[in-house]
Amino acid sequence: MAIFLDEHSRVIVQGMTGSEGTKHTRRMLAAGTRVVGGVNARKAGTSADFDDVTLPVFGTVAEAMAQTGADVSVLFVPPAFTADAVTEAVDAGIGLAVVITEGVPVHDTARFRAHAAGSPTRIIGPNCPGIISPGKSNAGIIPADITKPGSIGLVSKSGTLTYQLMHELKDFGFTTCVGIGGDPIVGTTHIDAIAAFEADQDTELIVVIGEIGGDAEERAAEFVRDNVSKPVVGYVAGFTAPEGRTMGHAGAIVSGSSGTAEAKKRAMEAAGIRVGRTPSETAALARAILTAG
Amino acid sequence: MDLFEHEARDLFERYGVPVPRGIVADTPESAREAAASLGGTVVVKAQVKTGGRGKAGGVKLASTPDEAFAAASTVLGMDIKGHTVRKVLVTEASEIAEEYYLSFLLDRANRTFIGMVSAVGGVEIEEMADSITRMPASSFDASAVFPPGVAAEVNAIASALWKVFVAEDATLVEVNPLARTESGEILALDGKVTLDDNASFRHSRPDAGAEGDPLEVRAAGKGLNYVKLDGTVGVIGNGAGLVMSTLDVVALAGAAPANFLDIGGGASAQVMADALDVVLSDPSVRSVFVNVFGGITACDAVAGGIVQALGLLGDRADKPLVVRLDGNNAEAGHRILDEARHPLITVAHTMDDAARRAAALAGAQTGQGS
Repeated sequence: MAIFLDEHSRVIVQGMTGSEGTKHTRRMLAAGTRVVGGVNARKAGTSADFDDVTLPVFGTVAEAMAQTGADVSVLFVPPAFTADAVTEAVDAGIGLAVVITEGVPVHDTARFRAHAAGSPTRIIGPNCPGIISPGKSNAGIIPADITKPGSIGLVSKSGTLTYQLMHELKDFGFTTCVGIGGDPIVGTTHIDAIAAFEADQDTELIVVIGEIGGDAEERAAEFVRDNVSKPVVGYVAGFTAPEGRTMGHAGAIVSGSSGTAEAKKRAMEAAGIRVGRTPSETAALARAILTAG
Repeated sequence: MDLFEHEARDLFERYGVPVPRGIVADTPESAREAAASLGGTVVVKAQVKTGGRGKAGGVKLASTPDEAFAAASTVLGMDIKGHTVRKVLVTEASEIAEEYYLSFLLDRANRTFIGMVSAVGGVEIEEMADSITRMPASSFDASAVFPPGVAAEVNAIASALWKVFVAEDATLVEVNPLARTESGEILALDGKVTLDDNASFRHSRPDAGAEGDPLEVRAAGKGLNYVKLDGTVGVIGNGAGLVMSTLDVVALAGAAPANFLDIGGGASAQVMADALDVVLSDPSVRSVFVNVFGGITACDAVAGGIVQALGLLGDRADKPLVVRLDGNNAEAGHRILDEARHPLITVAHTMDDAARRAAALAGAQTGQGS
């Protein structure tokens, strides 16, 4: 099993013919993802070649879904057009929209997030590396060859920290890794992914990676305390971040006394989550639990 | 991006939020002219992007143009919490009867926007937390907080302030204090505005590049995501989360990081040279920790980039580098670094070990230098 994405997922790419879209469509195909087409209104009716695969380009998401049975869209559209593209995917009734684009204005994200609320569409991102269920499917830009299928579920705000832990724990492998993104507003939260991992019978342990800014980690900790029976291991980045400075991710900022790494770590530990001080220590904690179990 | 008070004031005025008349001055002479043109008593206020300027002596009342000249002479050039005052805002003084608080901001937890209002204002927000009423921005109404006449006026101001928030892609618009004067007017006497940098493409925005640390300005000019910190170990890595984590690991190893620098994906030799150039230009840096996880980026390309970058920098590269590469093609990357036999490069195989080595190298040189 896996969460949100599996071997049956049929993936389309909005922005497939752009340079990032082309590069990552090729990588997704190589990872075994069932990519079935792309969407670009200006290139509707054409096709695009990826080594030995030729994929059709449709004018709209609705048309792509009708023709291919797609249920997942990965978006590589520029920030100025992201809100419209996500809204189109939501209106077409796509099951999962993975928004890779970095630099989306937060007013736009608030708008399309609100538009998707109550719809069948789950949004992951924006400003995220996407989601991978190793051995089954890969929707986004996470490198597929640094880990294996296995029993760990991972949810993270950070791309490279996700890769680091996927790599360090590759001998145990992963059911699914979800990069939820580092923006102030995201479609899928830590809690959404943790709840799905708790319900997934193949996931034995959950790794939660957070960073400074907001209180998503604190709320995730509360959720774990009240709802999760599986072991959870955590990591938080940004203990040394100065107040009031944005550290790379738009949402990574300590404001006054709120959003600090220390507060997040304390909240996680109070909820019974074992928190590593470094990525390697976090991997070691997960390893110890899985080995003992 | 945070705006200066005078920039916030101008935005408020443009969207119909009532503000006192005001003129920006960058010399004592122009402050005197501003005071003369405004007439009567004025307030001379330091323009810095930090709180606590009143306590620091950065706000002065002046009843004549000559007093405004004197006030500006004192305030201009003043250092307030590390910010040098380069401009003052000269505004007409108001007889304040009551001070309130009003803001709209991003509510991350609920993934929406909220309004906040209080009948108590003019103090730091932390000091009035209990008196603040929060509500969804879409249904903002001040009548729970104020008597009917005042509430109607505050609601009208809130509606103009909300226009600023939406039209300018702000993540915070704050009026503190919102003052009722003895003559019954309600005015925004001080304002704070934070704009969403991601929305810059659809606005013409003030140039923030001229502000701040010179190394940060230089890094921004090269498109690098760099934040200057106070320590001695320079840090270069890929991915915001990994770089933040690298800073923490350096701190755990007993040293302090000198900077945050995320080179992002695809670390070309030129990007690495630019990154090293900025970090090595920081006189407090004693060693550099390059921490790369090759996801899509291949480590051999990064290693090649480091070696080439050191070549490009020549004599400007004069501090030891500890390099940790992991992930995609890490072994090939290590081979390139080994074969280069560059005297400045130490290769480490884990983040924790690399941090210890970088900290030791920074510490050892401290001993020699002092």
